[in-house]
Amino acid sequence: MARRWTNDLTWADVTPKSLYLNRRQIMAGAGALGAASVAGPALAQPLEPNTFEEITTYNNFYEFGYDKSDPSRYADAMQVEPWSIKVDGLVDNPGDYTVAQLLEGLTPEERIYRHRCVEGWSMVIPWTGVELADVLGKLGVQEGAKFVAFETTVQPENMPGVQAGVLDFPYVEGLRLDEAMHPLAILATGLYREPMPKQNGAPIRLVTPWKYGFKSIKSLVRISLVEEQPPATWNQTNPHEYGFYSNVNPSVDHPRWSQATERRIGGGLFSSRQDTLMFNGYDEVAPLYEGMDLVENF
Amino acid sequence: MAAPGALAQRVNGWARRVPAWPLYAFGGLYMAWLFWQALNGVSVEPIDWLERAYGITALKFLVATLAVTPLRKFAGVNLLKFRRALGLLVFFFVLAHFLVWAILDVQALGAVWADIVKRPYITIGMGAFLLLIPLALTSNNASVRRLGGAGWRKLHWLTYPVAVLGALHYIWLARGFAIEPLVYMAILLGLLATRLPARRVAAA
Repeated sequence: MARRWTNDLTWADVTPKSLYLNRRQIMAGAGALGAASVAGPALAQPLEPNTFEEITTYNNFYEFGYDKSDPSRYADAMQVEPWSIKVDGLVDNPGDYTVAQLLEGLTPEERIYRHRCVEGWSMVIPWTGVELADVLGKLGVQEGAKFVAFETTVQPENMPGVQAGVLDFPYVEGLRLDEAMHPLAILATGLYREPMPKQNGAPIRLVTPWKYGFKSIKSLVRISLVEEQPPATWNQTNPHEYGFYSNVNPSVDHPRWSQATERRIGGGLFSSRQDTLMFNGYDEVAPLYEGMDLVENF
Repeated sequence: MAAPGALAQRVNGWARRVPAWPLYAFGGLYMAWLFWQALNGVSVEPIDWLERAYGITALKFLVATLAVTPLRKFAGVNLLKFRRALGLLVFFFVLAHFLVWAILDVQALGAVWADIVKRPYITIGMGAFLLLIPLALTSNNASVRRLGGAGWRKLHWLTYPVAVLGALHYIWLARGFAIEPLVYMAILLGLLATRLPARRVAAA
């Protein structure tokens, strides 16, 4: 692992629960004094991963249906063994790879990431994965490649949402090459130190935490290095509502709802909204978009 | 009007004996039960769950309300005495749906107003809610007397735009292609269509 990026959210961050309780008490006290800002931004948002149950029962995986509970209900039927990922386009080492072959020589590491859905909810998820840049390095990106295109498996007989035609499948997504090479972008193979549950995109999926969740395409069967901007399913379904970039941006609303705030899953019926952060709080990706109009390129 | 068949006569006989008030009790208990489920882990996102549950229940009662007239006309089943309760339950569930959205979901008055003005599907839902208010307020015998039968019927014609707006609101909020909202729209439009020929006959 190249260690180009160090995770600032670790288990050590979250385990001493008593500490968080204390922080909350301190904050409550500070708020009462009208001096909440004293706590600082790091303390303002105590980050604790969502539970395994939350992460695996509230999903968007339209191949299984559009209800959030459909993936956990139906994903069991998805065949993940054997699994083959086709690598093609402008690469030195094209071919069909198993997950093991794709990750050979790389050590999966834990990444605790915030996950912000375009619908206005969010979670914190402890992924296990490798940096996409390392995989692309192994594959050998050729001169002229400017984008990476991804494709999800389609198994109509195992996927009720595919049968119902909820979207135009296969689900496809894409990243600009420099985005794909950013150390935050990972190919995840597990969460909570368990193999990736099917409803979360087994056996291997993309995770780009500074973008809305739908960019983090699941159950990959194809990775292509291409010259032109590849199609992306939601962008094609409704280009007015979903841009190719889809970076988390509190100041650019979805046409049908505001993106200024979000609700952390797990807070119950009286959970309060919190402010959404630019790039979902991952400011380190800002240089990728320097000079770009992010309202135009939403 | 169709002559009531044996089954219809049995239903009518039963309907004459059963009072309408248990419907209110059922509606209230059902609303409370949904709230209790939301409080007790029915979903990891209970706010969204409750908002949808109340909205969809309102649509179901709307279908039931609008089914009363065609049932009488085509099947001779007379459930007219239950229609007021069914209609009021539409209103109360829409009210609950609105309150969950405004208080638990959006949580800020400014943002509630911004959404109503800015987001067409919310504008439409709000329009349906506002149209329901005069209907709920006049759902009593005194109002029927005051407005007169013709005036009251004219006002309550607003139920039809409410049905179309409500179904449209549901269709519009889906991401991607969702069947269920389209089914509600089809059923509601079908129920409205049953009223068209009667008008022509009445006008002739």
